[in-house]
Amino acid sequence: MTLRTEPFVINMGPVHPSTHGVFRMRVTLDGEVVVNLEPVFGYLHRGIEKLAEERTYTGFVPLTDRLDYVSSMSNNFGYCLAVEKLAGIEVPERAEYIRVIMTELQRIAAHLVSIGSFFNDCGAYFTPFLYMFRERERVIDLFEMTCGQRLLYNYMRPGGVSQDLPDEFMPALNKLIPQLKKYFEEYENLLQNNEILAARARGVGILPKELAINIGASGPTLRGSGIRWDIRRADPYSIYNRFEFDIPVGEQGDCYDRYRVRMEEMKQSLRIVEQAAKQVPAGPVRSKVPHLIRPPVGEAYSHIEAPTGDLGFYLVSDGGIAPYRCHIRAPSLMNLTALRDMIVGWKVQDAILTFGSFAITMGEVDR
Amino acid sequence: MNPWLNWVIFTIVILVFFLGSVIMFIYMERRVLGKMQARIGPNRVGPFGLLQAIADAVKVLMKEMVTPANADKVVYWLAPIVVFAPVLMVFAVVPFANGALLADLNIGILYVVAVGSISSIGVFMAGWSSSNKYATISAMRMVAAVVSYEIPLVLVIASVVVVSGSMSLNDIVLAQQNYPMLLLQPLAFLLMFIAGCAEINRSPFDLMEADSEIIAGFHTEYTGMKFAMFYLAEYGEAVAMSTIIATLFLGGWQGPFLPPWLWLVLKVFFVFFLMVWTRTTLPRVRIDQLMSLAWKFLFPLALINLVITGAEVLAYPLGIPWYFIFVNIAIGAVLVLLFSRLYKVGGGRVAVG
Amino acid sequence: MTASLSAPEIVKQIQAHYPGAVSVVSDSALLVDGKSLAEVMTYLKNTPGLDFNYMTAITAIDYFQHFEVVYNLVSMEHNHSLTVKTRAYGRDNPRLPSVVSLWRSADYQEREIYDLMGITFDGHPNMKRIVLWPEFKGHPQRKDFLK
Repeated sequence: MTLRTEPFVINMGPVHPSTHGVFRMRVTLDGEVVVNLEPVFGYLHRGIEKLAEERTYTGFVPLTDRLDYVSSMSNNFGYCLAVEKLAGIEVPERAEYIRVIMTELQRIAAHLVSIGSFFNDCGAYFTPFLYMFRERERVIDLFEMTCGQRLLYNYMRPGGVSQDLPDEFMPALNKLIPQLKKYFEEYENLLQNNEILAARARGVGILPKELAINIGASGPTLRGSGIRWDIRRADPYSIYNRFEFDIPVGEQGDCYDRYRVRMEEMKQSLRIVEQAAKQVPAGPVRSKVPHLIRPPVGEAYSHIEAPTGDLGFYLVSDGGIAPYRCHIRAPSLMNLTALRDMIVGWKVQDAILTFGSFAITMGEVDR
Repeated sequence: MNPWLNWVIFTIVILVFFLGSVIMFIYMERRVLGKMQARIGPNRVGPFGLLQAIADAVKVLMKEMVTPANADKVVYWLAPIVVFAPVLMVFAVVPFANGALLADLNIGILYVVAVGSISSIGVFMAGWSSSNKYATISAMRMVAAVVSYEIPLVLVIASVVVVSGSMSLNDIVLAQQNYPMLLLQPLAFLLMFIAGCAEINRSPFDLMEADSEIIAGFHTEYTGMKFAMFYLAEYGEAVAMSTIIATLFLGGWQGPFLPPWLWLVLKVFFVFFLMVWTRTTLPRVRIDQLMSLAWKFLFPLALINLVITGAEVLAYPLGIPWYFIFVNIAIGAVLVLLFSRLYKVGGGRVAVG
Repeated sequence: MTASLSAPEIVKQIQAHYPGAVSVVSDSALLVDGKSLAEVMTYLKNTPGLDFNYMTAITAIDYFQHFEVVYNLVSMEHNHSLTVKTRAYGRDNPRLPSVVSLWRSADYQEREIYDLMGITFDGHPNMKRIVLWPEFKGHPQRKDFLK
């Protein structure tokens, strides 16, 4: 005898503990199994691209903070690179190093949040999350020391950075680097051989190689699927070709691989910071840039490896003081393209886990 | 003693013990969680934050009670009571000292198991009546988990009963005069602890209240005092389970120097500390893994344990000699290692049409 | 370094197959006629030596006379990139063929362009508004919105 059952539709989000903001998944469930899933976006749409057309080139920097708000420094960096490419602005050597140190520290901070919330989605009751936040706090302290902000830094400018590092920054950084190494080891002890995590995350939410490329995935999501593609290596910007670092990749592209890639990436970022901290030259931190930048008519596309992935800025200038068009290639949005394919057939819990393993930020998805 | 006097005294004792432990459990859970998670935990209300639970209770009392428009009103109102009452009833057979208990039932442990499972009906009522999809999923999970974990739990308890030769909790404690049951039944303790955690929805088996997936589970729609009842019942179940484990395996009120009731309280808190510890450390399992753990790991092990225990008792009807402590620890270790090798988590992707 | 392919050479190569479909706009960008966009894109994706298997971004720009849609293509195999532009005419109902069947990364981006710029992509499986709600009138990214 078979019981007659019928699937039911459940709206996960926009207000839900693990949708990382205001994302909505319209999930059709057959018991515990997800039979259909439709992502619904737009709850955090602020029209940042349109706002850019009303701001000066420098005035848009604070708005880039609001894209992926856990990695504001990277957004600043990507945007400033695009403006510099468009207007042909040179950046002083010291500013380049400061930028690299800041973005790599930011990558560590952002990955800490990602991994922490991934474990929360996995059901570890806040322990990894709070451990990660403890160390993120230390990194944020450095940012606060530099620019007075703890979340939305507004630190970089076209042509350099807004202000020089304070004197106490370098000693604090040199003190933090060995401590972070110790903490990373602590995480490995806590998380690496966890049977439940392996059972939950291994083989779950697989993103195959071909699909990952086809959907334009980037960042840890792409590398988790085993593709060695990192903009810092593939298309080096700024001074990244001066540093030694590896590109960690996963094997099969499951949730566990994405988590591992993030973990390894933090260590590599620390390596870059370590090298850069030794080489920072003295000198100015901002080149002579007019208050109102008027780039020549034309367009420029520049992208960086942000913590979530390939963050691109496409700027079009009509010779005025504001961009004629500013398009932001949001890596989080692309990474979500195959969400349905990856989740259908798995259980509700896997859906949450898979979604969490992308570590998206809604500020960037909806813009 | 006059049975009525006995009844009055022990009702008061149980209520004090229950409410006191629940409040202390909540406090302890939050403080220990805090310490283990590199933060402080509540420390503002009263000395060391001891009065935090009371402050929370007052807050909850003053909240508005919201009933969902589509709820099945009667069932919705009844559910918290159905969940809460059995938890309190469990303590009727728990001895606080030799012979000091409300009712020395000769089938005490059977009564505990029977009464303990009534709460799950209340949970299902709550999940079903609040007409919330998350609550429904949670209620389904609850029933599935409780039905599955009841079986290894009862089998484990059976092996303890076989050793001690009685179902009365008082006699079980008395049987542990020389050494606690934990030493003679190490495997049973482990299984009991795991199954117990699952039975009362403690992490890593807290799928009914999996906050990252189904919000608050069956009590998503409950507010105010009704929510507090669930909260109280949840910790009450923890107290009950810790008490049963302490009584069955750690020798209940037995112990040197300190008064018996204090020994019981200390042991109860120790067991609960273990539960808090697992909660901070482990991520949550998936529903199919929860099921397979019960049926493929706990159930066969509990069965084997029962058979071995039965054989030992048959061989030594006058009492199992002390060196069987080591034999049993060895057997337990081998079995656990063997089964964790053989144990395969099933599940995975389901083909959907 | 991702090498930016020289547009004139690519144009020459494509002209041999699809005469009149493409023209050069700058050193690294080529302009494709809207009607033959699908064929040219298929050619760019599947031709050995080009292998543009990774589409990073689609952008639409409102130039009043026409909408320009810009595709940034990358080949992971050869590590080279190309910018492909195309134009959609008319303000009431500009249309272009969709490239979702080639690169699924176009899925959400084309929906976003439809939502904000009002360009309809033919052949897209799910051409609905993505960030704004379905009842919304107008396309806010257009330059003449609310003017």
